[in-house]
Amino acid sequence: MSGRFAGSKIEARNDDHDAESPLSIHDMTVAYHRKPVLWDIDFTATGGRLIGVVGPNGAGKSTLIKACLDLVPRASGSVRFYGKSYRQQRGIVGYVPQRESVDWDFPASALDVVTMGRYGRIPWCLPPRKRDKYAALECLDQVGMADYAHRQISKLSGGQQQRVFLARALAQDAQIYFMDEPFAGVDAATEAAIVVLLRALSAKNRTVLVVHHDLQTVPDYFDDVVLLNMRIVAAGPTEKVFTAENLHKTYGGRLTLLDKAAQAVAGAGAR
Amino acid sequence: MEWDWAIDGWILFVGTLSACSCALLGNYLVLRRLSLMGDAISHAVLPGLAIAFLITSSRAAWPMFAGAVIVGVITALLTQVITRYGKVEHGAAMGVVFSILFAIGLVLIRQVADHVDLDPGCVLYGNIVQIALDAQFEDVPPAARNLACVFVLNILFVGLFYKELKISSFDPDLATTLGINATLMHYALMVMVAVTTVANFESVGSILVIAMLIVPAATAHLLTDRLGVMILLSQLIACFSAVTGHLLACYGPGWVGVDAVANTSAMMAVVVGFVLFVAIFLAPEQGLLAKWYHRMKLSSRIVRQDVLGLLYRWEEMNGESGRSMRRDEVLTVVGGGSLPTRALRKLLRQNEIVRMMDGRDVVYRLTDSGKLAASQLVGAHRLWESYLAKHFHLASDHLHEPANRMEHYITPELREELREQLTDPKHDPHGKSIPSEPM
Repeated sequence: MSGRFAGSKIEARNDDHDAESPLSIHDMTVAYHRKPVLWDIDFTATGGRLIGVVGPNGAGKSTLIKACLDLVPRASGSVRFYGKSYRQQRGIVGYVPQRESVDWDFPASALDVVTMGRYGRIPWCLPPRKRDKYAALECLDQVGMADYAHRQISKLSGGQQQRVFLARALAQDAQIYFMDEPFAGVDAATEAAIVVLLRALSAKNRTVLVVHHDLQTVPDYFDDVVLLNMRIVAAGPTEKVFTAENLHKTYGGRLTLLDKAAQAVAGAGAR
Repeated sequence: MEWDWAIDGWILFVGTLSACSCALLGNYLVLRRLSLMGDAISHAVLPGLAIAFLITSSRAAWPMFAGAVIVGVITALLTQVITRYGKVEHGAAMGVVFSILFAIGLVLIRQVADHVDLDPGCVLYGNIVQIALDAQFEDVPPAARNLACVFVLNILFVGLFYKELKISSFDPDLATTLGINATLMHYALMVMVAVTTVANFESVGSILVIAMLIVPAATAHLLTDRLGVMILLSQLIACFSAVTGHLLACYGPGWVGVDAVANTSAMMAVVVGFVLFVAIFLAPEQGLLAKWYHRMKLSSRIVRQDVLGLLYRWEEMNGESGRSMRRDEVLTVVGGGSLPTRALRKLLRQNEIVRMMDGRDVVYRLTDSGKLAASQLVGAHRLWESYLAKHFHLASDHLHEPANRMEHYITPELREELREQLTDPKHDPHGKSIPSEPM
């Protein structure tokens, strides 16, 4: 076993990757303290699709995103965005971390946070320009939060905070987005607003990869689905991949939700 | 003690520089919840200083800064390593690293002190007066010059990297994905903290420096919710503490009849602590006083509304022409004490109730505007009861209590929505009529 991690940093050959794909992951393994949390991930995304990533707790969903974005080191394998590495393609990749990952008591307004999405385009040591602020305001407007632009972020509700995060992602104006549980702990209105936004992104041929928890809504929300449990159990178009059998393999039968999910699948098949 | 600008002027200057340079970086330590890191670094640089002394056998500034920076970075690194591999909590790892390094530093300093003119006590508590006395022999004391340089350096650091520090403090992961390396910013901040701490050794010492690093920023954080304003406020608080601290050190003991001069840097720490204490009470939104005021306002509003609702129900029961409710009857229901009495007075003032005499008894009646307010309140109460009965299947004797609490918080919009959902009910579950919304 140790052999496979020893020779880790072998440069990926570019013919392992599809240069047309917004995201292609080749043989990626990620380990924390040498204990692998993701095994042999191979995945090629199709452009302009909404992709749901589902799997039980500890399946490595967030880690998958972080490893793609070079936030955690990969033990082996490589990731390409349109055939190029993350370093080269920073500008076209957007990221929405989990809402709990930041301190909402931070002294900043909603507009401040959204403007941060533009920081990647502003040279070091220069302040945000007027047009960055306008772009940020526009993005806040798109998520229905323009009225809250100058509100301190701790005074926003959970759903509003999540919308601010999405507005920030919009401000990044990326080709491919990674969203870590954007639906976690939001109200029904925000959930609906997020879905509308995701569809709008997809209509503009943006690719969005979303870590998602609610199995019931998967067939409604996502074109493609990745079933993940430390390895990719199945990946592909939702109607083909999101089956009771695959879910059972992913969740290992230790989830009573499975019945519900199976119903959701049956419901999706009927339509 | 006589005020002597040649000495006290220098003390004020050095104290202010010291407080402001610390407070500037302190903002980011407080926001990143790294307050203890400031403490850790300020203690841990001690062996760095001692080794620099041992090697150069002098008190020259540059080796001192280099030693401190190296050990400062080592502290941050070691803490990271111990947290990750020792499976201990971040705070505990810092505690382990800095207390050991500090101990090594103390041992080394004792050794060094035999060779170099260095007073361990001075390193711990600083000696701001000595700096001022140095000024009598040199134009600008080296300690003051170092502090001024560090202060300018800190302003440049925070000014130039304002945006980078902001995003990597708020959301380090996003910062890193955008190409602003948050880890790099973290270590840059730690280096600046180490340098600042060393520059402050001679003025406030390695122990009191933590007060200046953390307290002005923590106080400013209580007072505002904008980063720029917070930084400015922290500087004002630092200035105030330095000046007031020195004045108190000079004249404070005299006021209590002691013929002595207190330690200026200690007084600075005392003053800044006092400012924080005051802010905890008086902060505009998060302060205890503001919270108490809002609670009081809320409870007096609730009592006023209770009185209105009571009179409304009374008049509803007894009819327009029936007997009016007596003062003692009102007070029996809403309770005695000052709150209900004040509520009655305010209602009279607002012309929502009138006070009349019925024989020898004082009685109250609702005015037209009082009736309107009361009907909305009672309406909210009965709508809520209907809503609970419909959706929660509660028995009718379980409805009154929750509705009694909720009626004070139901806004006109919510009332409207309840009406819509219940398809404009005319009666509540007890069969009482629900007053309709005035046109």
